[in-house]
Amino acid sequence: MMKKWLIMLLTVVLGLLGLAGCSDSKASSDAKDGKAEITYGFWDKKQVPAIEEIIKLFNEKYPNIKVKTEITPYGQYFQKLETAATGGALPDVLWMNGAHVVQYAEGKVILPLSDMAKKDNYSLDNYPKSLIDLYTVDGKVYGIPKDYDTTGLWYNKKIFDDAGVSYPDDTWDWNKLKEVAKQLTNKEKGIWGYAALMGNQGGYYDFIWQNGGHIISEDGKSVGFDQPEAIEALKYNISFIKEGLSPTQAQMTETAASELFSSGKVAMMFDGPWMVPEYMKNPDLNVAVVPKGKKRAVAIHGLSNVIAANTKHKDAAWKLVQFLGSKEAADIYAKTGTVIPAYNGTQDAWKDAVPNLNLQAFIDGAEYSVPLPSVKNTGEIWQYETDILKKAWSEEVSVEDAVKELTKKANEALKK
Amino acid sequence: MKQIPLQAEVKATKKLTVSSLTKTRKRSDYFWAYLMIAPTMLGLFIFYLWPIIQTFYFSFTEWGAFGQYEWTGLDNYKRMLEDTNLLQSFKNTGIYIIFTVPIGIFLSILVAVLLNQKIKGKSVYRTLYFLPVITMPAAIAMVWKWLFNADYGLLNYLLSLIGIKGPHWVSDPKIALYSIIVVAIWSGIGYNMVIFLSGLQGIPKMYYEAAEIDGAGSIKVFFKITLPLLSPVIFFVSIMSLIGAFQVFDLIFMMIGKSSTALESTQSIVYLFYQHAFVLNDKGYAAAIAVLLLIVILIITAIQMVLQKKWVHYD
Repeated sequence: MMKKWLIMLLTVVLGLLGLAGCSDSKASSDAKDGKAEITYGFWDKKQVPAIEEIIKLFNEKYPNIKVKTEITPYGQYFQKLETAATGGALPDVLWMNGAHVVQYAEGKVILPLSDMAKKDNYSLDNYPKSLIDLYTVDGKVYGIPKDYDTTGLWYNKKIFDDAGVSYPDDTWDWNKLKEVAKQLTNKEKGIWGYAALMGNQGGYYDFIWQNGGHIISEDGKSVGFDQPEAIEALKYNISFIKEGLSPTQAQMTETAASELFSSGKVAMMFDGPWMVPEYMKNPDLNVAVVPKGKKRAVAIHGLSNVIAANTKHKDAAWKLVQFLGSKEAADIYAKTGTVIPAYNGTQDAWKDAVPNLNLQAFIDGAEYSVPLPSVKNTGEIWQYETDILKKAWSEEVSVEDAVKELTKKANEALKK
Repeated sequence: MKQIPLQAEVKATKKLTVSSLTKTRKRSDYFWAYLMIAPTMLGLFIFYLWPIIQTFYFSFTEWGAFGQYEWTGLDNYKRMLEDTNLLQSFKNTGIYIIFTVPIGIFLSILVAVLLNQKIKGKSVYRTLYFLPVITMPAAIAMVWKWLFNADYGLLNYLLSLIGIKGPHWVSDPKIALYSIIVVAIWSGIGYNMVIFLSGLQGIPKMYYEAAEIDGAGSIKVFFKITLPLLSPVIFFVSIMSLIGAFQVFDLIFMMIGKSSTALESTQSIVYLFYQHAFVLNDKGYAAAIAVLLLIVILIITAIQMVLQKKWVHYD
């Protein structure tokens, strides 16, 4: 009998507490004293130390705004956002990439920032124009750039020294890359000269542009994968696997190429500056500019911070976004070597933060860079690229057949 | 195992109600009874029945970004007829079921019978066999992924010691599905074993004693007494594992990478559903796949229910 009463009492008390909890949070959201708790969603755990430091600095300025971080691995990030956006449960402030901004802006799940920026005299001239353009949809800016990235040719000095080959420099072209990959491949030691990764940015996109091809046509109505330049570039890429100079597609899905590279099994690979926090731990590694094809080209892309339309704390979220885009935040990113900060003039500090790596290679890349294409259905097209091109990478189907199928599907997606 | 006492109870209560209680039971009794089960029914309705109804409705719609959808009638079902991926995923799931369910049940019975003997340290063995069940599927998948790694995995290292070059266990399209089947059987034995153990211990000792007096050998005892009396439990386990096998997802999701060459030859129906619902944001078509899966499971379970009359002995 006692027990029953206890359970009932507990139920009532807990229920009341729950109700009280609801009303409490509502009251604080209406409060005028600026006290708020907001969430910040992103995917890269390598950036956590820098972001924690930035939030600490932010709280010195705004002690009343509590920021909770929410990390979702990149593989699930946009799937989770999609569901959260449908249910109106997006984090207040979140990372956005160029592939998804159009879809999110047109779906009205993120807020345009132009008006708020104008009202607060927040200058958008502090960032490279290409990045602001990337996040402008229908004339309105939706994201404040936080960083940008290009691609470099990472290499393992020790493998080069052992084989007596000189390090990569800006004279390298496609032939030289292939030639050196052959010299460095050592079957007995289990070392591959190069990792022909199946990825678009810092992978086949860069090669296609270097060969004079295009990904999406200027009118945005068709893709250029089936053009001869693109086919040749893809074939060049896959030839490394065919000739045994690169781990196979199967091997790279079982063990990530970046792991093979950082443990000395791969001599060279393309990768972005986001790997700096990881690769700087290994003194054997360094980076150079990517080799040139018919011309120099490399993809450029940058992330930005956006505000969710479902936020209950618009002012607090805008304050955080402004701060994340400020010079103070950029300096922390630069100082810790985490990413190339987007704020103009802070890039040199980033370069100097890790003097043993030739980070100038990434900054040089910006000069001849091509923006990562962004249309409404970029995400879908990327999915088709992975599904179809992997069959060419594993040599199940020929490059010609793969691009035919890919072009058909991608063109349909563009029409939607 | 759960079903036997339940059915017995139902029969017992039926007898009672029919005989005398119905007449004396007042209406208010029913009111209270329904009131008492109302919270559970409400939960069942909101969290199980309503989603099923909604899924059914959504299977006739096409989705745009962020929750907008429009009615498209039977389009999704028409599309299914031409979807080779769907066919392939049914084939994959079929192979998965054909191997995991019978082999899984056979091995679990074997282990249960062995561990039902008077042997030393049997609780240690029982714990060991049950360990995979209480381990997170994600952790299991990660460990096996490492064991299966073609270049640096333990399995291929052991094979290399005897001079065999091991295959790409999880990325060769011909082998990957079978690698997953091995892991699934391994991780499922413990759970079924516990159910079989309790079923074995529910068999009255007197039958064995009678058989012993009649001079039956242990093999004969197993086939003539143990197996028939265990058949209700086998039936229960086979229904549950079949439904579970139809819904396989986590192992494939964790062990086969998105850009893996073996994805097409391993993706299950639920994986394809996930791909359409959450990656391609094609929720209408995904709902249609879910409805199809529901119908297939329903039919197969119904067939099992009919067939059981031929081989399941309730005492």
